Amino acid sequence: MTTAIGQDSGLTLRHVSKRFNDDAAPPVLDRIDLSIASGEFVSIVGASGCGKSTLLRLIAGLDGDHEGEIEFDGKRVVTTDLSRGIVFQDHRLFPWLDVAQNVAVALRNAPLSKAEKARAVAEHVELVGLKGYERHYPHQLSGGMAQRVAIARGLVNRPRLLLLDEPFGALDALTRSRLQLELQRIWERERITMVLVTHDVEEAVLLSDRIVVMQARPGRIGEVIDVGLARPRKVGDREVAGLRDDIVDTFFTEAA
Amino acid sequence: MSTLDWEAGTVKGSWRGLVLPVAALAVWWIVSRGAQAGHGVMVSPAQVWDTAVEQVRSGALVRALSASLARELTGFAIGTGLGLALGALLGISKLANRAIAPSFNTFKQVSLFAWIPLISVWFGLGDVAKVVFLSLAALVPVVMHTSDGIRAVPVNWLDVARAYRYGRLQTLAYVVLPAALPSIFTGVYLALIYSWLATLGAEYLLVAGSGIGNTLVDGSEQFRMDLVVFGVIVVGLTGWALNALARGVQRRWFETSRAA
Repeated sequence: MTTAIGQDSGLTLRHVSKRFNDDAAPPVLDRIDLSIASGEFVSIVGASGCGKSTLLRLIAGLDGDHEGEIEFDGKRVVTTDLSRGIVFQDHRLFPWLDVAQNVAVALRNAPLSKAEKARAVAEHVELVGLKGYERHYPHQLSGGMAQRVAIARGLVNRPRLLLLDEPFGALDALTRSRLQLELQRIWERERITMVLVTHDVEEAVLLSDRIVVMQARPGRIGEVIDVGLARPRKVGDREVAGLRDDIVDTFFTEAA
Repeated sequence: MSTLDWEAGTVKGSWRGLVLPVAALAVWWIVSRGAQAGHGVMVSPAQVWDTAVEQVRSGALVRALSASLARELTGFAIGTGLGLALGALLGISKLANRAIAPSFNTFKQVSLFAWIPLISVWFGLGDVAKVVFLSLAALVPVVMHTSDGIRAVPVNWLDVARAYRYGRLQTLAYVVLPAALPSIFTGVYLALIYSWLATLGAEYLLVAGSGIGNTLVDGSEQFRMDLVVFGVIVVGLTGWALNALARGVQRRWFETSRAA
């Protein structure tokens, strides 16, 4: 924590552009510049088609072939790495593995002994509140529980950066708000950098230090907003609602 | 959940499946009573029963059935083994797929029985020819379902493997194969059924040696309808047993750990 905002820590994007095969179309991402300090929680919000998920996949190293530079902890991102975890919108658990085995999927190439892996799995299953469900298979879980497993899988490697691609987008409102609080708690406890892609402005206000508002065609950063509200925050808070309304009014009224 | 419903359904509704066979048996019995005695075309259930007892007692049934099953299992094993290898190759390697898949797809359009003349010239009418034929019958579904199953693995799951730095072999062993397993099993299951059907075809068309197909041939040549009917019943029951066996294995392996 001593080098919180040093040159070589955290995530830096410089002039990142990405286009798909068609050169005539506007780029999916157009010269994105963004710095995220380590330990920070940043949300990327925007209408669908603004390239926010593409941006996240580039940071994860799942997609390549972009212009500009992405640096994490002083190293260029060229491919995936265990120090950068990712949670997808669909949980993407393997149906033939139970909860504990699904979490352990992330540890296959981790430099840990068998016992250490087992301990890490048990800890993270407990962290997401699923102790006792280790032997359950994905089809026996609710959508919210499956997404908790996916979060445990994303965290079990102790990545320094966790990327979340609309992780609660497919859940019902009640489950979503419960998991948002859980995520807030986990972030406060683990103190790792988190980048959350969402189309839910309230979710962004609730969880983030800063909110990056993206615009579409070409995908670009419209505004970066400092949230600066005291934590812990709740959905009902007046400040949370106020800031959400401000952002929605300023950026998303014409689009809607 | 679905397993329980399904099983409850079978137990409760199983008698319904028996209605048709019992009715057919009754009609058969009535009609054969009315037919002229000594007329060879129509045999009574009692005659077939006598033949069945005689076939079992003399050991003819065991000899024929074990010869057929040995053939069936040999062809099934060879065809499935080769099919798994070829299917995996077609599923995994884009190059192999481009090079081989068009030829294979043409090959599978040729009716299996069209190969019989060629097989009989090359391998004769004995066991080797029959096993070659059965292997072909088993090979096709296994290749199809293995390569399709492998190529249908969702990209989303492959992303997970890449995010956790899986190498090629790890991705294959821990993601692609488990994901493709249900489809592969379907191919193997079909191979078992097809190769049993083909066993009969082979014994009928490559007439040499013993087997349950030969029992049928003998029955029709000697105009012994009791023997023919008995043979048909044995063939049907054997197919049913193989089917039940495969279904049982499938339920045990797949339905405990995944949603249907």
